[in-house]
Amino acid sequence: MENLIALLVAAPLLGAAVLLCGGRRLDAVGHWIGTVLAAVSFVIGIVLFADMLGKGPEERTLTQHLFTWIPVGDFQAEIGFQLDQLSMTFVLLISGVGSLIHLYSVGYMEHDERRRRFFGYLNLFLAAMLLLVLADNYLLLYVGWEGVGLASYLLIGFWQHKPSAATAAKKAFLVNRVGDMGLSIAIMLMFTTFGTFAFGPVLASTGDASEGMLTAIGLMLLLAACGKSAQVPLQSWLGDAMEGPTPVSALIHAATMVTAGVYLIVRSADIFNASPDAQLVTTVVGAVTLLFGAIVGCAKDDIKKALAGSTMSQIGYMVLAAGLGPIGYVFAIMHLVTHGFFKAGLFLGAGSVMHGMNDEVDMRKYGGLRKYMPITFVTFGLGYLAIIGFPGLSGFFSKDKIIEAAFAKGGTEGWILGSVALLGAAITAYYMTRVMLMTFFGEERWRNQPTASPDEPSAEPAAEHHGAHAEPHPHESPKVMTIPMIVLAVGSVFAGGFFSIGNRFEHWLEPVTGYKHGNPPVSALTVTLSTMVVLVIGAGIAYAQYGRRPVPVVAPRGSLLTRAARRDLLQDDFNHVVLVRGGEHLTRSLVYVDHTLVDGVVNGTAASVGGLSGRLRRLQNGYARSYAVSMFGGAAILIAATLLMRGV
Amino acid sequence: MNPVNYLYLAALLFTIGATGVLIRRNAIVVFMCVELMLNACNLAFVAFSRMHGNLDGQIIAFFTMVVAAAEVVVGLAIIVSLFRTRHSASVDDASLMKL
Amino acid sequence: MTQQLELAAYSTSTGEAFQFWVLGTVAVIGALCTVFMKKAVHSALCLAGTMIVLAVFYLTNGAYFLGIVQIVVYTGAIMMLFLFVVMLVGVTAADSLKETIKGQRWLALLCGLGFGILLVGGIGNASLKEFNGLGQANANGNVEGLAALIFTKYVYAFELTGALLITAAVGAMVLTHKERTERARTQRELAEQRVREGKQVPPLPAPGVYARHNAVDIAGLLPDGTPSDLTVSKTLRERGQIRDVSAEAINDLKALEQRSAERLERTPIEPANLKRAEEASK
Repeated sequence: MENLIALLVAAPLLGAAVLLCGGRRLDAVGHWIGTVLAAVSFVIGIVLFADMLGKGPEERTLTQHLFTWIPVGDFQAEIGFQLDQLSMTFVLLISGVGSLIHLYSVGYMEHDERRRRFFGYLNLFLAAMLLLVLADNYLLLYVGWEGVGLASYLLIGFWQHKPSAATAAKKAFLVNRVGDMGLSIAIMLMFTTFGTFAFGPVLASTGDASEGMLTAIGLMLLLAACGKSAQVPLQSWLGDAMEGPTPVSALIHAATMVTAGVYLIVRSADIFNASPDAQLVTTVVGAVTLLFGAIVGCAKDDIKKALAGSTMSQIGYMVLAAGLGPIGYVFAIMHLVTHGFFKAGLFLGAGSVMHGMNDEVDMRKYGGLRKYMPITFVTFGLGYLAIIGFPGLSGFFSKDKIIEAAFAKGGTEGWILGSVALLGAAITAYYMTRVMLMTFFGEERWRNQPTASPDEPSAEPAAEHHGAHAEPHPHESPKVMTIPMIVLAVGSVFAGGFFSIGNRFEHWLEPVTGYKHGNPPVSALTVTLSTMVVLVIGAGIAYAQYGRRPVPVVAPRGSLLTRAARRDLLQDDFNHVVLVRGGEHLTRSLVYVDHTLVDGVVNGTAASVGGLSGRLRRLQNGYARSYAVSMFGGAAILIAATLLMRGV
Repeated sequence: MNPVNYLYLAALLFTIGATGVLIRRNAIVVFMCVELMLNACNLAFVAFSRMHGNLDGQIIAFFTMVVAAAEVVVGLAIIVSLFRTRHSASVDDASLMKL
Repeated sequence: MTQQLELAAYSTSTGEAFQFWVLGTVAVIGALCTVFMKKAVHSALCLAGTMIVLAVFYLTNGAYFLGIVQIVVYTGAIMMLFLFVVMLVGVTAADSLKETIKGQRWLALLCGLGFGILLVGGIGNASLKEFNGLGQANANGNVEGLAALIFTKYVYAFELTGALLITAAVGAMVLTHKERTERARTQRELAEQRVREGKQVPPLPAPGVYARHNAVDIAGLLPDGTPSDLTVSKTLRERGQIRDVSAEAINDLKALEQRSAERLERTPIEPANLKRAEEASK
């Protein structure tokens, strides 16, 4: 059975190879090849899952060793896979949601002439992401980590003819490099500390290492997670990454890749457990990001960017939960899975709306769309209810557990984290209600509004097919797009309940991550009730602002906070001022030092050597006798040295 | 008398010969001074041979003589051809290697 | 007691000591003369003297074969080779001992002095405690002993030196050999050329005939009393070794006239005539 594990990775990798090397003759069937191979991966995942369920909780880990990659002395880089409950969860999420989004893309990318290539990249992403979660050592994980980074870069910049997309891709790649540096440093530290980087030995021997070293490793891993999961301070790339096609945003930048950071933290649970400092930093990062993303999400008029802010915020919840230790790991993963469902569904819904609206992304030019695209409205609405935590839906169970766990952290810390999580829930309700109202309710503001104004180039080339400046004719998307949305909506509704009833998910993951029930200082019911209260308040404010009053087509100036949030809370300005300017100044001063000091030394050396040579040249007078004097003198010096060395 | 005196004599002759190489310009005289140095070495070898009670030192001196003979033949040939082309036997005249 | 024994072991016979001091002095003087003599011939002779002294020292030190070889090969063959080359280059050409390279002499003396001090110091400090003598090694005869070594232990070196000598001989031939690039002209051709050019048709005049010197290097006098370079061989001309004796006869005549004038108390001859004779001698 364990021999199937490699096939999980191999199937989409084969697809990527075939599609990217196959050339134009595969244009007609390329998208189906990609979709089928993604589905093959999913089916293998199901088979392995069924097999896993048939075993006892402690015997469920499967390993497969393929070969030794780099055998150099003590440094043995293995290619090996490890499939346990945590990996299994990810495999099903990635291949399942991945297959659905492949299917959706068949319709969404129908008019794109580079569709085959798109599917090749998607398959490449699937392969890399599965490699990431299936690796049995950190180095192989790093390979997958870089692989998803590459796929993400290629897909964000898929419409590379748009400068904004090319820039966004570069930005994502560069910001991710900072995080990747953290991961590579962490792996090096592990190797020097433990002499290996396989999960088993490293995590089993955390007791041998000093706490300072573990904190260093933990912080480096957290840096990596921040880069990949768009956490403060490496969050700035995610909003721009929405330049990519919407299925990409759904799969990579909502459901799977951005959660790799959470996977990394949960996988390295033993390291974080042994280092309270690293855990504290993790919770702070999570808490800050969840507020940051939520505030940004409130101000964005671009539907995808609003959802991107939401993604950032929800991953902030996961990181916060992961930082809480054994009381939070399970809920981090649970929220990750439910978020994968409803956020992918929301993105696919947004894509469907854009598909029907000539690729318009400005929500101020939507309105009243529920009549025209009923299926999109219902699935989007279910995703909306799930994300804000409507009782009974997925988000309710997972987010509520995280808030409880945050309070259960105890002490002032627990109160602060819990309050932040609660506040985040209120803001989530606010901005998601805002998105919902602006898109599907209210007056039809798109009438007499030519979309895709000239100063903002059309988001997707499919627009040309529809005619760029005509009034949009909203319509429902084809079945190939709506079916994945329906499946994801079902997941958004029932997944949370399925996981939570009888604490199934806790029991499922406990052998891998460990689980400790956390007791909040107030009763769980109080927490749930207060969550409901803030949820109603948030949604109510949004309704008062956007439901009862008409939404202006041109965005009002807004308060200082709104304006800042529209600019992503000045993250790019911060980066520009601190990093770019700082870098420029550093470079200039280095150039100055180079010109004066280094060049001075070098040129001075050269000049003095030249001067010395000019003087030495006079010794080269061409007279054999002068040379003979030198030789004779040298011989005398040698004799003197010999005598001295002998201790005369 | 201490036979080490032969060594002192050899050292003295060697130094005289070396100094001669350095201060004389006539290539033939320079060559003679080189021969003087070689002979001084030979004297030292012979004296060592006597001190150590074996004949190896004399063998080396013998080889030195052979090599010196070969060297003289070639060296004098060089001097002759030098004189033929430059009409001078001064080593200072052969200074075209300078900058 | 041990001191005395050591001294006994170290010391040699008084005769040898006497010989060493006398001949050593000669050798050093010879070496110094080699360096400081102006003429290469003198240097060569002094060097030959030093080498003979060294040969005697070899014999004294039990190196009978080397002593004889030193005399026969070194002094006899090599030094004669030197003399031949000296003849070729010019016997009488005296070198100026004036230094032309700035600082060369001081540097050379400094180096020599330092080197000598170092060598002497090194020998003085060396632990030359054993003094075995060659009695045992020369028991079967010095030549037999050397032969035994040369043809066993040092046979490869010996063969190599043979190759070296052959190479040196060939090298010397190559260096001194001058390939003719054109056919040598016959006497007839030379005579025809002389007639054609109309320049010096008869044989060259003979050199001076005053039988007072090695007459080859004295230019013959023309009818007006001036010497002619043509009478001296080209080699001597190029070396600048023509001796001018044309004034000597006139000076002798003048001295004779002076003496007879003093004896006979006559007035000296006209100064104008004398001046003309002097000019002619130049």
